[in-house]
Amino acid sequence: MVVGSIAAIGAGLAAVGAGIGIGKIGGSALESVARQPEAASKIQTMMLIAAAFVEAVALFAVVVSFLGTGA
Amino acid sequence: MHFSHIFKSKKIVQSTAFALFLAFFSLNVSAHPTTGTPVSAENHATAAAEGTKEEKFDITGFILHHIADAHSFHMWGEGHHSVSVPLPVILWTDNGLVTFMSSEFHHDDQGKQVVEKNGQRFVNYHEKIYVASATPNAHGEYVDVDAKHKVANVMPLDFSITKNVFTLIFSAVVLIIVFVRVANAYAKRKGKSPKGFQSLIEPVILFIRDDIAIPNLGAKYEGYMPYLLTIFFFIWFNNILGMVPIFPGGANLTGNINLTLVLSVITFLITNVKANGHYWKHIFWMPGVPVPMKIFLAPLELMGIFTKPIALMIRLFANITAGHILVLALLCLIFVFKSAFIAPVSVVFVVFISMIELLVGFIQAFIFTVLTALFIGLAVQEHGEH
Repeated sequence: MVVGSIAAIGAGLAAVGAGIGIGKIGGSALESVARQPEAASKIQTMMLIAAAFVEAVALFAVVVSFLGTGA
Repeated sequence: MHFSHIFKSKKIVQSTAFALFLAFFSLNVSAHPTTGTPVSAENHATAAAEGTKEEKFDITGFILHHIADAHSFHMWGEGHHSVSVPLPVILWTDNGLVTFMSSEFHHDDQGKQVVEKNGQRFVNYHEKIYVASATPNAHGEYVDVDAKHKVANVMPLDFSITKNVFTLIFSAVVLIIVFVRVANAYAKRKGKSPKGFQSLIEPVILFIRDDIAIPNLGAKYEGYMPYLLTIFFFIWFNNILGMVPIFPGGANLTGNINLTLVLSVITFLITNVKANGHYWKHIFWMPGVPVPMKIFLAPLELMGIFTKPIALMIRLFANITAGHILVLALLCLIFVFKSAFIAPVSVVFVVFISMIELLVGFIQAFIFTVLTALFIGLAVQEHGEH
């Protein structure tokens, strides 16, 4: 038995998008630190900035699904 | 820009102990029995049957109540035995200004307690203040709620000092006191090495100057440093304050979209007022592309002027609110399962998520500042700085 609104499915898809995006960013950051450990701090800063952008897009979708529940 | 030393901090034991202390505190503060909380519309019928054990715990209503604004700082207890810090209620009605303390509502937010002032009667329904109806409805509430759960009563203009307003004023006062002291210390100790609070704040200010302001703004960074520092410390301090479970913290200020709207409007104004000819040329008549593309790009770039600050606003609001919802939902697991054995699991999750939320608070302040500096930098850069 399925309960809940379609808005919850939308929020779940947004979470999948965020997971894939931030996972890729984290993965390439790890690879590049492995190649050049001296640049670790710079790479970490840039990784956080890029992750915040991807997260923001996922959160736009979450906000829309909040509105979608009608509450 | 060497931040890896934070992860190797020796104070990890103290931080964990403090986080556990905070989590236990939040357990106490948010431990509401189901009968005392404002329930959602579906549970209205069952709200009258107080004390029934079969009533399902309304998790959505609980969470939305806790992240919303309120007219008093509720600390513990429920119903008539609540302990809370009351805040002034300031209303502009058709008959003039009406003020009273929110304690006159006697902890009621179901619209049942009427306050009479100046010959007018007011009632608090779900933390919104309406002019009370003459007679109570079937549930004993002095509001007219229609079938779609919209309230038909008149609402006076509400200028009250609510939790969010109080936190805004409190954080502004704290930041002013701290930074005026640091600035005076620099003036008094000219040429000498920093001591005390100065050495706490100085690395952060230098970080903002060297890694945010100068790369984005170039030589003109000095004029914009006050604004960048203000938004960074204001957002960071309010994010941290929102994670503190007890008065004077615990108000979800940066998770209030009105506040983030104001911050992004100020960024929008600075960007567009300080923009030079190159900026407007790039928007309306993008150089370096064929004419059909220029015409195609102009409306898109025009929309882009507005969507960038809107994205700033939603990013901060959604991140902080989502974090608070997550912490509350994990604590509510205990009430959903109605078992004290879930408590250790729940508290461990809450500690873990709270640590992440502290980090997210810093990251969101940093991102907001970086993007503001970036947008201002794009607007004021001279030709040839691409």
